[in-house]
Amino acid sequence: MSDYKIEMTNVCKTFGTKHVLDGVDLKVQRGTSMVLLGGSGSGKSVTLKCILGLMQPDSGSIKIDGQEITGLNEKQRDEQMTKFGMLFQGGALFDSIPVWENVAFGLIHSENMDKEDARIIAIEKLKAVGLGAKVADLYPAELSGGMQKRVSLARAIATNPEIIFFDEPTTGLDPIMADVINDLIVQCVKDLGATALTITHDMASARKIADHVSMIYEGKIIWSDTIAKLDNSENPYVDQFIHGRAYGPITKHANMAG
Amino acid sequence: MNMKLNPLIWTQGLCQTIGAMVLNVFSLVGVLSIFVFDTIRHTFTPPWYPSKLLAQFISIGFYSLAVIGMTALFSGMVIALQSYTGFSRFNAEGAVANVVVLTITRELAPVLAGLMLAARVGASIAAEIGTMRVTEQIDALRTLNVNPMKYLVVPRVLAGLIMLPILVFIADIIGVLGGWLVGVYVLDFSSAGYLRQTLDFVTFNDVSSGLIKAAVFGLIVTIMGCYNGYNSGRGAQGVGRATTNAVVSSAILILIFNYILTQVLFA
Repeated sequence: MSDYKIEMTNVCKTFGTKHVLDGVDLKVQRGTSMVLLGGSGSGKSVTLKCILGLMQPDSGSIKIDGQEITGLNEKQRDEQMTKFGMLFQGGALFDSIPVWENVAFGLIHSENMDKEDARIIAIEKLKAVGLGAKVADLYPAELSGGMQKRVSLARAIATNPEIIFFDEPTTGLDPIMADVINDLIVQCVKDLGATALTITHDMASARKIADHVSMIYEGKIIWSDTIAKLDNSENPYVDQFIHGRAYGPITKHANMAG
Repeated sequence: MNMKLNPLIWTQGLCQTIGAMVLNVFSLVGVLSIFVFDTIRHTFTPPWYPSKLLAQFISIGFYSLAVIGMTALFSGMVIALQSYTGFSRFNAEGAVANVVVLTITRELAPVLAGLMLAARVGASIAAEIGTMRVTEQIDALRTLNVNPMKYLVVPRVLAGLIMLPILVFIADIIGVLGGWLVGVYVLDFSSAGYLRQTLDFVTFNDVSSGLIKAAVFGLIVTIMGCYNGYNSGRGAQGVGRATTNAVVSSAILILIFNYILTQVLFA
């Protein structure tokens, strides 16, 4: 078996005339946590959606456990999907069903577990993200943003996935709640022994949850190394990004292009 | 460099516009056909979600009953009144009952019920699925290994296909009742005479053709609602546009298909 859980090679994706992904190479080792940094519109989300199979890349190769997943038919892709869990940026909870059913959704519909058993697991998973059994019967709209994120995290880990994707997990949360979510992510990933891929532009979050960091810029991975090397990357783009400077090669380039 | 006066450039621009429009129409028809084909394919392959289907029967069927019933009642009443005014000019008042039952079963019940369904159900389907698209709930379904076509689209389309004929059948009865109310209490017909005339006159074909229309309209409304919601643009504006498109396109398609079906069914 391949050492890499996720292996992207030269992945391209174009919308109209815009090259959103322009040859992305990304490798994530089994059981590690990779954080993908990048500004808005740099292609982070599209990268994630291509791996998930929600979008088809125009060219290039994406391998999960060494198996090519681009060009799979619907049924084969469904089989791959069972390996994935995903925490969406806005939570993406189903607002027409109560919290516990949201968490148990994959168990009930994908693994055909009966509702009673699924509810028990759902309440367990809610406990794992620090929510009491009382929350289980509420509807998502009745929860605060931080609680919705936790429920969404519980849903993402409910089926014990091998790979978990986090799409800007801390966006829209206060700094304390953001740190709580970061801790939960680290804890859950460790407990499951899963491989994690997180996209974010929150540096505090990245430092907390990453083993490895890659930076995407204009549809290419321009830097990739361990989190320890992040502060001495000697890459001016990475430097500007992690320090959040308004002036530097990224903005200079953007202004010239504009 | 006077562009206005150069007929070559002007013609070129015109051709480009027409060409782009034609291409747009064809690509829309193509994408819509694929959507319909996908819906049919997923209708006949497991897994199915019977509880979702039941919920849609209730929300599309039961909750549309009041609005469609009201529409039928007042349509029946107004036709009785109008046809009496018209027919009394050549002493044919006796035909009121016949006209009411014919117009209701063949034409008004299916078309008005279809349009009311487009306004009530088509709009809400597009808004609901569109919001799910915008808030990534549809992507979330996919990552939880549930096919959104099977989970969201198929139950709604099936419910529309099955419930609208039932609603229209009820609307037929209520519409005739409306005509009867006006006939007996305003126009002084005898109650038994009015009913006998209605039942003697109406044929199976009148009712069944209306119900066939209803099934087609039910499909149109739910498919256009699902399609527009499923392909909704981003944000509140995207959902708003999806909703408008769903209602307008299904209303126009209902009117077009009404003509086509009438021609086919009564030829």
